[in-house]
Amino acid sequence: MAQVLPAERDLRRVIGDAEGVGDREVDGLGEQELLELYRSMVLLRTYDERSVVYHRQGRIGTYAIFWNHEAMQAGAVHALADEDWIFPSYRESAIGLVRGMPPATVLSWWRGHPAGWWNPADYNVASICVPIGTQVPHAAGLAWGKRLRGEGACALVFFGDGATSEGSFHEGANFAAVMRAPLVLFCNNNHWAISTPLEAQTRAETLADKAVGYGIPGVRVDGTDVLACYEATREAVTRARAGEGPTFIEAVSYRTAPHATADDPSAYIDLERVEEEKTRECVGRFEGYLRRAGILHDDLAASIRTEAEDAMRAAIAAAEAEPPADIELLFANTFVDPPKSFATDLEELRRILG
Amino acid sequence: MAELSIVEAINDCFHVELERDENVLVLGEDVGRAGGVFRATAGLRDKFGPDRCVDTPLAEAGILGTAVGLCMAGWRPVCEMQYDAFSYPCLEQLINHVGRYRWRTGGKMSFPLVVRMPYGGGVRAPELHDDSPETYYVHTPGVKVVIPSTPSDAKGILAAAIRDPDPVVVLEPKLHYRTLKGEVPDGEHVVPLGRARIVREGADVTLVAYGSMVPVCEEAADALDGVSVEVLDLRTLKPLDEDALLASAAKTGRVVIVQEAPRTCGFAAELAAILAEKAILDLRGPVLRVTGYDVPYPYWQIEDAYMPSVERVTAAVRKLLDF
Repeated sequence: MAQVLPAERDLRRVIGDAEGVGDREVDGLGEQELLELYRSMVLLRTYDERSVVYHRQGRIGTYAIFWNHEAMQAGAVHALADEDWIFPSYRESAIGLVRGMPPATVLSWWRGHPAGWWNPADYNVASICVPIGTQVPHAAGLAWGKRLRGEGACALVFFGDGATSEGSFHEGANFAAVMRAPLVLFCNNNHWAISTPLEAQTRAETLADKAVGYGIPGVRVDGTDVLACYEATREAVTRARAGEGPTFIEAVSYRTAPHATADDPSAYIDLERVEEEKTRECVGRFEGYLRRAGILHDDLAASIRTEAEDAMRAAIAAAEAEPPADIELLFANTFVDPPKSFATDLEELRRILG
Repeated sequence: MAELSIVEAINDCFHVELERDENVLVLGEDVGRAGGVFRATAGLRDKFGPDRCVDTPLAEAGILGTAVGLCMAGWRPVCEMQYDAFSYPCLEQLINHVGRYRWRTGGKMSFPLVVRMPYGGGVRAPELHDDSPETYYVHTPGVKVVIPSTPSDAKGILAAAIRDPDPVVVLEPKLHYRTLKGEVPDGEHVVPLGRARIVREGADVTLVAYGSMVPVCEEAADALDGVSVEVLDLRTLKPLDEDALLASAAKTGRVVIVQEAPRTCGFAAELAAILAEKAILDLRGPVLRVTGYDVPYPYWQIEDAYMPSVERVTAAVRKLLDF
């Protein structure tokens, strides 16, 4: 059995800062890949910012904001191959966009319309998981099942710091380790589970320390450094594909937006810290890196933003143009082989509704 | 045909179904090396390998949760929960995901998994080895629930569950795992889901039961001298064979439902409601229930008093006939 080392303490970084830390390059990421990564981040950022506006306009329902989580989301997913599966929590509701899913589909999900359903196999993106941490065993099972079939695909599961307190997280992580499932456990530690701070969630010094108990590597990265997230995930994927089992990645950030549109964090959060963290937000940091490297300039940045904004304008129009869902969808799709009562219930309901 | 016990019939089913379909995989606690604590999966690990009959960590939610992912990878997992009351941690996965996942993919992805477990009391076991949890499962949208009562049905219904495209929960009467023997067809044997079985025909009263209460009803029928008793074994609780229930109620006009689980909101209540809605003019008296009580399943020195007995069933029938 491979020796299990204590989890890392220091956060891995690639992008430098004004305080003397220099930028580093990531092997294998050329100008084109870096710009693709940037495009994904801008698309996610635009999706998120527009969604908050659409919510205020009453065009979508309650929405879980992911502002400043784009580095973790895009960085991790870009390190995967298309055959690899992604298991999102609601915080990664728009992760399918990075795999070519139309943003209208995700908007429909938040509009509570059945047009927000998708076939996970079309994008290798599982359904959005709403209960906390219960998607971790799904990801472990898929990864294990792929390994049993001799297929090379692996899985990546997103979850937050709060999820590490859930039994499902523990059972899924342990299962994956025991079965040597090719799985990346990607923990988005933004320090807050609605109003519960990390120190009320765990006495562990770091969340990555939990990895030791499963006999798997625990890695810590700066969650607002997209290249650090990318690099750590790529390393974990390489391990997974080599049959070495799962890796736990703790990506550390700080939640700078409310938990969701229904939340008012001013009641519990340190607003000064929020403002300070916003100055280091992840899209701006990566933009600075690309500009310093001479890869991004004003015109290109503007055109990438415009492209994303146009996509969102078209997406909300498409989502709002969806015809009202037929009441048949109350009954359809629950079973391959539905009970007889479904047909009689539907018939009666149609008669009453007229 | 072979004369098998219920647990032998289940084991026979596994050997046939794992041979028939290489996508079927069994997972659970102690199912591999030990062949299951009741030996329901005996011999599978040797025959099909440790990847088709998998000893898992002790994690019921993990077992069912990974089964969801295994379905996504193209497997047809059959999960064993070691005992009825130990299955409760898997309810979160069952309710939040297993019963909903196909729906939330717009019907594009199916979850052909099975959750099976021994259920029920009367075996002089320690606490929490005796529950009848069927209501929790039946109440969960998106899953089917079956409870066989004979060796032949135990094999045929499990085979149907394994082949079914939807999630199926199979509760097996552990009281009769070894004590009840019967003829079981060799090789492939499938009993379609959703079809009740008339155990014996009668004209005066119908006893409706499933699982371990079926033999109790048969004994009660024998004990009721001069009364023509029909015994209906539901076999599938969901989807229910409503036609069989209503036909028998129309025939006898009197129905007693026997259920081992606690009374309130038990499956007998659902059956009584269906009879009230759809058979009121056929009934010559109230629908009566003989059930367990609304108490924790008792320690074994007093468990016989909890169990619906032949005496309690015959008393209910006499009361109904006197109505």
